[in-house]
Amino acid sequence: MEWEVVIGCEIHTQLATQSKIFSGAATAYGAEPNTQACAVDLGLPGVLPVLNKEAVRMAVKFGLAVDAEIGKRSVFARKNYFYPDLPKGYQISQFELPIVGKGHLEIELEDGSTKTIGITRAHLEEDAGKSLHEDFHGLTGIDLNRAGTPLLEIVSDPDMRSGAEAAAYMRKIHSIVTYIGICDGNLQEGSFRCDVNISMRPKGQAEFGTRAEIKNLNSFRYVEKAVEYEMERQIAILESGGKVVQETRLFDPDRGETRSMRSKEEANDYRYFPDPDLLPVIVDDDTIEAIRATLPELPDAKRARYIGALGLSEKDAGGLTAAKATADYFEALLTSSGCEAKLCANWVMGELSAALNKDSKSIDESPVSAEQFGGLLKRIADNTISGKIAKEVFEAMWNGEGSADEVIEKKGLKQITDTGAIDAAIDEVIAGNPAQVENYRNAEPEKRGKMVGFFVGQVMKATGGKANPGQVNQLLKARLDALL
Amino acid sequence: MALEKSDVENIAHLARLAIGEEDIPAYAENLSNILSLVEQMSSVDTSGVTPMAHPLDMAQRLREDVVSEPNQREHLQAHAPAVENGLFLVPKVIE
Repeated sequence: MEWEVVIGCEIHTQLATQSKIFSGAATAYGAEPNTQACAVDLGLPGVLPVLNKEAVRMAVKFGLAVDAEIGKRSVFARKNYFYPDLPKGYQISQFELPIVGKGHLEIELEDGSTKTIGITRAHLEEDAGKSLHEDFHGLTGIDLNRAGTPLLEIVSDPDMRSGAEAAAYMRKIHSIVTYIGICDGNLQEGSFRCDVNISMRPKGQAEFGTRAEIKNLNSFRYVEKAVEYEMERQIAILESGGKVVQETRLFDPDRGETRSMRSKEEANDYRYFPDPDLLPVIVDDDTIEAIRATLPELPDAKRARYIGALGLSEKDAGGLTAAKATADYFEALLTSSGCEAKLCANWVMGELSAALNKDSKSIDESPVSAEQFGGLLKRIADNTISGKIAKEVFEAMWNGEGSADEVIEKKGLKQITDTGAIDAAIDEVIAGNPAQVENYRNAEPEKRGKMVGFFVGQVMKATGGKANPGQVNQLLKARLDALL
Repeated sequence: MALEKSDVENIAHLARLAIGEEDIPAYAENLSNILSLVEQMSSVDTSGVTPMAHPLDMAQRLREDVVSEPNQREHLQAHAPAVENGLFLVPKVIE
């Protein structure tokens, strides 16, 4: 039988506010345990939550970025369950009336096509604390610093049909929330995590199969791997006549497997009801328009502009705009170098990303700033150095050996444009390779063009790569043709 | 609507309340009475009435995003039964 996978995602994005969603405690990452947990976060008797304006603004901003209906009247509800890292015994979330309603976005697929994915809703809620199970002589340690951190939970429609689509969706949401500055997007610190619902159905069937939920995936690659593993697991169960159990599973990246987290022997019964501590949140049209005015150029628009106005390829435009930091760097380089977009794109996507990858650095941590990089590209543009030598200069700059001009000066890498010096090298090469010269003379005229390449290579070698290749080519052709 | 014994047990479990086996019939009766009282409201036509989210007809006031709560860990942990390395300690939670 041919099976089809149906995937929906719930993404928790931590909003980049200074203070918590319902209290004035700080949200900074990595603080000493319980030093950022105030009486409200601890759920002590008599405290009242007061909603953070910035969290509301950020949620609306996201809604506008995915063309969603904005909940002009949204309501907070209590989601009731017991767990030690949830001191109140309920999580304040939104249920029936979320702040962001139906929206949509486009994902780009491997083959260059695009697909629209629906956003079901996005709602504001508070995060829980953290349980530490090690080293407490049979007890569990609780750190409530994270309790009350604002989250925007973004729920997709079940529109994805492969692991690659799910990963592309997660990347797109990541790109949008970091572009609009509502989330730092830090996957390692848990600022951005994805739960994936996966079910299988016979191709052509309208109803969904029973789904499993893979919780807390914090890498794009893990999402893809978890989906692939889960598809195989569920198909094997279904084809042997079994039934998929609806449950929560965890992905083990080391083994590339998912395993059951807890069998839901009791169906979750959260008994949502409107939180009497909080009044309905009203967002009026003026506020929405004021927030809309703060939206930056979004990744899709930027990509289209790079292709249309800057003449970049789809691949380059996609690569440069996926992360805002990369696009910012590229645009700064464009300005500082004054060079063509294509040249800048090649260097950012080529040497720079290779170097960043090699040293596991993010573009923000690049030891070569866009300004300094611009200094290098300027020297290519004005023919001071060739592209090949520029790679050598870049490496030296990367290792902290100074600016482009300093490195060129210090290492004597300035391109030789003096015809006399090049002619001398040509003389040497012609004299040193009589056999090749003879071949050239005897070759069919149309084959000679290619054969010049050998001589160009020799001359470049003789000049330590410092000759201008275009000039060498021209001079060589003239000299060789004179020998015919 | 009459609640079964199993309903009472489930509700007690969700609320983490320990109730004696012998008290279950009384709870079932009391809760069932409350439910039938509430059920009387089903006879009212509420189509066209927006569900009430809050008895006060007001909108939520919003707070500026400013850190106003300093670290008071020592103070706040003074009444905790067990703490270690700044963490609250609770009976082992096993996943």
